[in-house]
Amino acid sequence: MSTAQLALTHARYNLIETARVPIAVIGSMVFPTLAFCLFVLPQSYVTQDPAMATASVASMVVFAFMASGLFSIGIDLAEQRAKPWVPFLRTLPAQPGARIGGMLLATLAIGTLAMVPLLIVGALFTAAAPAVTDLVAAMGLAILTAVPSMLIGFVIGTVSGPKAAIAVTQVAMFLLAFGGGLFLPPQMFADWLNTASSFLPVRQAREIVVNTALGEAIPPWAILGILAWTVLLGALAAWLYRRDEGRRFR
Amino acid sequence: MTTLLSARDLTKVFGDVTALDSVTLDIDAGECVGLLGPNGAGKTTLLSLAQGLRRPTTGSVQIFGGDPLDAANRQRLGSTPQTTGLPEALRVGEVLEFVAAHYDEPSPRDQIIDEFGLEPLLRKQCGALSGGQQRRVAVALAFIGNPELVLLDEPTTGLDVDARRALWDAVRARHAAGCAVVVTSHHLEEIEQLAQRVVVIDQGAVRADGTLSSIVASVARRRVTLSGVPAQRIAELDPTAAVTEDGGTVEAVVADADSLVRSLVQAGEPFSQLTVRGATLEEAFLALTKEAV
Repeated sequence: MSTAQLALTHARYNLIETARVPIAVIGSMVFPTLAFCLFVLPQSYVTQDPAMATASVASMVVFAFMASGLFSIGIDLAEQRAKPWVPFLRTLPAQPGARIGGMLLATLAIGTLAMVPLLIVGALFTAAAPAVTDLVAAMGLAILTAVPSMLIGFVIGTVSGPKAAIAVTQVAMFLLAFGGGLFLPPQMFADWLNTASSFLPVRQAREIVVNTALGEAIPPWAILGILAWTVLLGALAAWLYRRDEGRRFR
Repeated sequence: MTTLLSARDLTKVFGDVTALDSVTLDIDAGECVGLLGPNGAGKTTLLSLAQGLRRPTTGSVQIFGGDPLDAANRQRLGSTPQTTGLPEALRVGEVLEFVAAHYDEPSPRDQIIDEFGLEPLLRKQCGALSGGQQRRVAVALAFIGNPELVLLDEPTTGLDVDARRALWDAVRARHAAGCAVVVTSHHLEEIEQLAQRVVVIDQGAVRADGTLSSIVASVARRRVTLSGVPAQRIAELDPTAAVTEDGGTVEAVVADADSLVRSLVQAGEPFSQLTVRGATLEEAFLALTKEAV
């Protein structure tokens, strides 16, 4: 079986496991929509403006994927690595790509589901009205641009123990969400912050998804940046996976 | 003879602890080798290096002539998780399929189910299995890939006698069919039941390596039990004997049982209920590690 097929198999059993503990799925599905309802919906100047409403829904979609990457992969993996099943999986004849890819695919699938209630709320309660083709393209790109966030989760989960992973993930999530322009639109950033932010994969993802949803051109730096991050983080994840020797106690 | 596992001056250091100290060892096709040693001796570290879970500090280990870190070299290798840690939410049947998906030519599913008696468990979630059932599934996983070499780390820890024997039978059947088996244990009966060759490891080094009988013979201790002769008299006849007395039955662990029996007969001692048996592996092992210290 090729590594790609094996990654699908890993994703399948990962999703079966997740589905048997449904509360975990419900959490990651409801959280972004709830955040949107509490923080964005009350601000009528955002929800009444079609462009701002579309941009805010798109930002929240990016946030949903980022959060599921960091929490589902990062914290979950750190916990799993402390158990004997993960070392056993590593003795099986599979390339790192099978396991990393499997986790990514499963988490992307759940992130895609989490997008649905958010889009429904956006359609019903805001003035957001993107063109259908733009909407579909933005949804597809939201999934693709989530890969670096998933890989960041994988890296955190591989280098830290379960308790450390929670702390690291929370800090990383706050920095990436704020720095990536998901909490405050980058238009409100100071110049230096805007420049720094443009190097973050989450900002690049936001730029790609928001601009696509609005039917605007995507800045080339965002595309180049996110491709570079994907390759870099993918290589780092594979390298860490190979040299991982399990959890160490001193 | 094809060498399946080959360690050369293999050393693994964790911080300031030397878990393995220059181990050189070959495991050939079709062998059944017991790795025997106390907890912390380095058995599990040796296996984890052969499985590609860890990298040697110095020296090398190869499986099937290649680096165990390379996934392709693990196609014909079977392993089992040391402690029971199957994914709780998955059903047994799903776990079997999932693991089988990793191999090019897995064993037929029905054969594995049959050999390890898994039929009644297939629909159960792993979290619902008893400790013994989990071990049975875990050991079965080692054989799913139809391996040529299986590394079993403490395979029957915590099992009752019946479950242990059933599992040994299944492993023995696979060995008879040509699979090389390496089994670590500090449970000595397990090694006696499964292994033909025994490698004694202590403090990260190989202390002895030979056939099961030669390891026992190398200590050459026998246990003589009899009644009707006081313990003190036995000690006079063989000053090297370790003699204990319990309710009229005297037990002597001696280097030369034949000579003790001869001198008992020559002295005309009125002994009865004489039994002489070879030292168990446990006794042999204790003597070996004592000598090493």
